[in-house]
Amino acid sequence: MFKIIHAEFLAPGIKRFVIEAPRIAKKQKPGQFVILRIYEEGERIPVTIENSDPAHGTVNIVVQSAGKTTQLLNSLNTGDSILDVVGPLGKPSEIANYGTVVVVGGGVGTAMAYPTASALKKAGNRVISIVGARNKELVILEPEMRAVSDALMITTDDGSYADKGFVTDKLRQLIQNGTRIDLVVAVGPIVMMRAIADMTRKENIHTVVSLNPIMIDGTGMCGGCRVMIDGKSEFACVDGPEFDAHRVDFAVLVQRNSMYRDAEQRSLAEFQSAKVAAEHTDHVCAVPGNHQGDRRQGDQR
Amino acid sequence: MSTTAKKSQNPTPMKERMKIPRQLMPEQPALERAHNYEEVNLGYSAELAQQEAMRCLECAKPTCTDNCPVGVNVKEFVEKIVIGDFLGAAAIIRRDNVLPAVTGRVCPQEDQCEGTCLLSKKVKPLGIGYLERFVADYEQRMGTHIIPSVTPTGKKVAVVGSGPSGLTVAGDLVQKGHKVRVFEALHEVGGVLVYGIPEFRLPKQIVREQLDYMREMGVEFETDVVVGRTVTIDELIDEEGYDAVYIGTGAGLPQFMNIPGEHLNGVYSANEFLTRINLMKAYKFPVYDEPMLDLKGKNVAVIGGGNTALDAIRSALRLGARKAYVIYRRSDTEMPARAEEVHHARQEGIDFQMLTAPVEFLSDGKGWLTAARCVRMELGEPDASGRRRPVPIQGSEFDLPLSVAIIAIGTSANPIVQSTTPGLGTNKRGYIQASEETQRTTRKAVFAGGDIVTGSATVILAMGAGRRAAKSIHDYLTTGDW
Repeated sequence: MFKIIHAEFLAPGIKRFVIEAPRIAKKQKPGQFVILRIYEEGERIPVTIENSDPAHGTVNIVVQSAGKTTQLLNSLNTGDSILDVVGPLGKPSEIANYGTVVVVGGGVGTAMAYPTASALKKAGNRVISIVGARNKELVILEPEMRAVSDALMITTDDGSYADKGFVTDKLRQLIQNGTRIDLVVAVGPIVMMRAIADMTRKENIHTVVSLNPIMIDGTGMCGGCRVMIDGKSEFACVDGPEFDAHRVDFAVLVQRNSMYRDAEQRSLAEFQSAKVAAEHTDHVCAVPGNHQGDRRQGDQR
Repeated sequence: MSTTAKKSQNPTPMKERMKIPRQLMPEQPALERAHNYEEVNLGYSAELAQQEAMRCLECAKPTCTDNCPVGVNVKEFVEKIVIGDFLGAAAIIRRDNVLPAVTGRVCPQEDQCEGTCLLSKKVKPLGIGYLERFVADYEQRMGTHIIPSVTPTGKKVAVVGSGPSGLTVAGDLVQKGHKVRVFEALHEVGGVLVYGIPEFRLPKQIVREQLDYMREMGVEFETDVVVGRTVTIDELIDEEGYDAVYIGTGAGLPQFMNIPGEHLNGVYSANEFLTRINLMKAYKFPVYDEPMLDLKGKNVAVIGGGNTALDAIRSALRLGARKAYVIYRRSDTEMPARAEEVHHARQEGIDFQMLTAPVEFLSDGKGWLTAARCVRMELGEPDASGRRRPVPIQGSEFDLPLSVAIIAIGTSANPIVQSTTPGLGTNKRGYIQASEETQRTTRKAVFAGGDIVTGSATVILAMGAGRRAAKSIHDYLTTGDW
């Protein structure tokens, strides 16, 4: 059992948990994630690590309500426990002094991008961060991102905060302005990462994306998280989750992440009707996946 | 034949023994079991067991024991069965085998103990596996585990992976007085015994009971630890004070065929398919949250001819598949699966498409599998494995309509431990180098065995490696010599 030391909403439907997990806290590096299971009948889902505190043995995870498991997770509070948390999984981000790095965080992906941005900054890079969200309320980790960036740009789809538009608009501006960019790191919805990959491919800018396929064990045993890289199968949990964006087959990722859509929707519907039946009075934020609609429900990475 | 000084306790005259037929294993009727998840084999009664045990010829030099990777003293335990001392028989098995209820069910006995049984020269070999299972189950029913008393040595051993190999090391070493802690990456202990081998072949309750017994003996388990990620081998030794580490991380990354369409929805690796069912209980969705594709009324095929392939396709049949195929590129004689499983699968109505290989998976245009384009094969000259190489027959292509295809063509080395342990030698294929005799790796105080050393093999071979490792770890811990 892994105890929740602290839980708080960062935005409607997006919650940060500080979890007692000394082993993970000690080893976590930017780019890595955890897999968790809430209760005995629960599924295993990959979840973003936002930060960790080795001295106190805690790790911060950030979860967006989407499917049943994430909704259930986000109903947990300080003092509750999570049955299983395993990690840190995946290869860490490759941190080096590249020069100028643009770090792009889309929606809850910002939580995954943050530790990488922070490490890149520490490694001496000039870090330009672009954070995008649907609206003002869903912009997360702004002060944290600002603290580790030489420049921070924010976009909202509806223009309710900062600049109206998409993160790709900002990246295009940077490119058009002739900013020298040595590396782009992008974490967010698949459509966003694909759009960025298409843009930087033309400019020949090395681009890394963090992929979020369906995953079960997270140790390379099951092969469920296979992604197509240059036409060959690679495993996101062992070979990734970060890959060269220009080699990723995003269409296959979208297709494979839709594999259980019917089951996920059924699971969620039954969970919600059970919740209504139980006259649960807590505020439930019914965020249906996310606006791009191509991310696997319940997947936080 | 019995030239030992000790008088045989078997009342049946030697000449009569060969006349007793091998006692059949009671089993669920094939068409019934094809639709449930209960165990296929029901187990011997005491009478059947004693009748079978009477057949043992009590060889002066028993090859059954020589052929057992953990060296179970078959002759001695079978004799105990003859006289009705079933707990005595269990105690004899347990000297060499910490998981008798498991091996009695899943060992390929025809390749091991029973393979060279003297009886088999004339009649069917002694049912050693069935007898082992009987004894282990009897002991469990009686609830009289004998917990050996040991003197603590003050030494600590970390075991990485809780599959058959790691459990063997843990069981053997804890009985020598060493403190043993087993680290498991998944949330449940047992490795392939829980995520891989299905309920109908190895009930999880059996595994749990064996694990409880190990806990009673003092073995500690820690789940949710991916060694290499959560903690490294060096940290276990330097910071957590382990005197020796055994790596038994098991099967690696599932291999794919690299043919077009392998990424389609509906194409699974056998490991994923079996993990969803056995570990995550996806077949109980939505009571359990992990989903899997609904197989009811669907055509399902497995590609491969090993035990994993048969476990997967027989699971699919039980989950309602309308047609369940095994697609195997060689012929019956080359199939690596355990003979009893092939026999059972045929009884249950699995359709074996032998000398056949898929060349492409076809889709509905929306990313979902609809068929496998297959080609028929013929056997040519022997290849490196000594088996005749399958060669495609020109113009033999045909399409097999499928909703789900399960790839079970083996695994390759999982790199996590190797890549995070400096100085740990690996071979060309990425498996950990370990001495065949001592299971020592190239790193002092680090031992390895099972599939992470040999590549995909069997439960009992992994246990054999564990046995050798436990012995050499004990030697190392007591002498300090490396």
